[in-house]
Amino acid sequence: MNLLDFARGAAMKWSIAIFLFGMLWRLFGILLLRRTHDYSEPRVHAAGLGALQGIIRRSWPRREFQARTAYGVTVSYVFHIGLAIIVFGFVPHILFIRNLIGVGWSGLPGGIIYFCAVITLVALVMAIVRRLTHPVLKLLSNFDDYFSWFVTAAPVVTGLLAAAHYGARYETLLAVHILSFELLLVWFPFGKLMHSVLLFFARGQTGAVYGRRGAST
Amino acid sequence: MSSDINTVHPLDTEGTRLSIKKPALRYDRQGDMSDGQRVEAAMRTFVREFGATSAIYLESCIHCGMCAEACHYYVQTNDPRYTPVRKLEPFKQAYKREAGPFAFFYRLFNLKPRVTVDELQKWQELIYDSCTMCGRCTLICPMGIDIARLVGQARHGMFQAGLVPHELWAVAERAEREGSPLGATPKVFKDRIDWLSDENAVEIPVDRDVADILVTMSSIEIMKYPQAIVATARVLNALGEKWTIRLDGYEATNFGMLSGNSQWQKDLSMKMIDAAVKCKAKLLILPECGHAYGAMRWDGANVYGKPLPFEVLHISEFLARNLGNGRLKVKNVPKSVTFHDPCQIARRGGATQAPRQVLGKLGVDLHEMTPSGDGNWCCGGGGGVVTIHRADELRYKVFQIKMKQVDDSGAEMLVMSCSNCRQTFDDGQAHFKWDKTAHSLLELVADNLVQ
Repeated sequence: MNLLDFARGAAMKWSIAIFLFGMLWRLFGILLLRRTHDYSEPRVHAAGLGALQGIIRRSWPRREFQARTAYGVTVSYVFHIGLAIIVFGFVPHILFIRNLIGVGWSGLPGGIIYFCAVITLVALVMAIVRRLTHPVLKLLSNFDDYFSWFVTAAPVVTGLLAAAHYGARYETLLAVHILSFELLLVWFPFGKLMHSVLLFFARGQTGAVYGRRGAST
Repeated sequence: MSSDINTVHPLDTEGTRLSIKKPALRYDRQGDMSDGQRVEAAMRTFVREFGATSAIYLESCIHCGMCAEACHYYVQTNDPRYTPVRKLEPFKQAYKREAGPFAFFYRLFNLKPRVTVDELQKWQELIYDSCTMCGRCTLICPMGIDIARLVGQARHGMFQAGLVPHELWAVAERAEREGSPLGATPKVFKDRIDWLSDENAVEIPVDRDVADILVTMSSIEIMKYPQAIVATARVLNALGEKWTIRLDGYEATNFGMLSGNSQWQKDLSMKMIDAAVKCKAKLLILPECGHAYGAMRWDGANVYGKPLPFEVLHISEFLARNLGNGRLKVKNVPKSVTFHDPCQIARRGGATQAPRQVLGKLGVDLHEMTPSGDGNWCCGGGGGVVTIHRADELRYKVFQIKMKQVDDSGAEMLVMSCSNCRQTFDDGQAHFKWDKTAHSLLELVADNLVQ
């Protein structure tokens, strides 16, 4: 068995299994904790609407905060959108998803994807440089922040190298790319990458609480 | 320490802000617990209170640091220690070790070491002195984490560990023992009412057996701004309401909540709830006090364990309702006014528009601050911070944001609906020899009533 077979076979199965099990464990571990009932008389009887508003409105900072957060928000948006285009727009990725879950769609031209990947990488580098230099981010950051950045950036870098056939045999580069993605899957449930799921719960519950109070969600 | 609190912690009710007199020797650790017991008590309390809501918050933080940009302490000092979510670090550590979904692994491999008492002691300044729980951080968080709520929970742990700042502990203890943090005991209050009633020729009903409305007061008003009592009476009498003040439940401030003692919070809230139930009140009016609004309007029923059998309104909401329906009439006030939003009433309480409706009826030229409403800056005195002497320097630093906001508004008059904010403004005004004086919305209405 060569490295590519391993990456496509056992490593893929195990990483997906760990990803799914870890996600469920963490989600249930949090959501099954007790909840208290709020007996206060709501000002607005539409907690569901508040939750929805919270989920949507928090996607962008309020006007009074925009000037001070512009850099971080812009960089984050660029690499999040970039990653989404790469993952869901690149034809080989779509084929992989179709093999996995049976649903597929048409992809974007390779040139656009490579361009997006470079932009994404630049934004990711800007994000990590900021984390390493900004006094607040330096103080807040821990292993999770740096490792989560690493497992996010690694598939982009290895993907670009594989596409460029640069540095090694294509099969080896592809295997390393797939393995880097599997590392991302394995780490996903245990670190901050879970925010992609938890943000709906966190924003939603704050939206519901302050929505029923009639305050900003 | 509690038996001789009156001599050990004498009150200062003459200054521009009310608290205990500046202690010559600080006691920022209460009780006789060992260091180990303190840590154990803090963490046990914090973890015990942990439900899904708080867990979701602590699990969602992406360490983006945006909360710092909303916090007046960080913005004014550029000191990263004041980053709001970092104020929770020891408690986040405790959660991960004791209650999180991977707690077993954290303990097994000691991935999150146990918190030490020195860390907690160091964190006292971050949890109390430099957080007014104003909730601007909650508003900016892209994940929607209610950081202010978590700081409140962290305070519960700190209280049980006996790690509360000297002055805040002393006023909270006094509130539990005497019913008021600032010496506004039932006897003092009754004397004041009698004097105010005579002096101003206004009827102030006390201890009615049955009344439609129970009026509560803040001890800051009773001791420092007694005209608020007269103003409330004038408004209610003008409306012909059947109302009362009751000496068994009048104090609306809740230093149990601010210091972090849930039992004291409950004791203080229950006095008002019991008094309202006894006199069969249909409505409980809260005074111009920010945290009193949160404590009763939003936490009251949860303390009671069931829905409250009466309505709860902040005085500004009551004024807005009765000016809106035409029962109350006021003269035009030909002035430009800027309004300071008390955080617990507006951003965290949702009663943001009521004071604006009142000001609209007064016909003033409203110059909104930038930002205003739910996004407004805190005055720096909330969360019990105004009582803590060692926090003064920092408090004055953050108050400068407010001074700039007010000056930039270009308004002739500064109005607010929280007496704690008002005393913070008075104290800041005296400190900086500023030319702006804070006024009460309620008193502005009472002074301009059309009889």
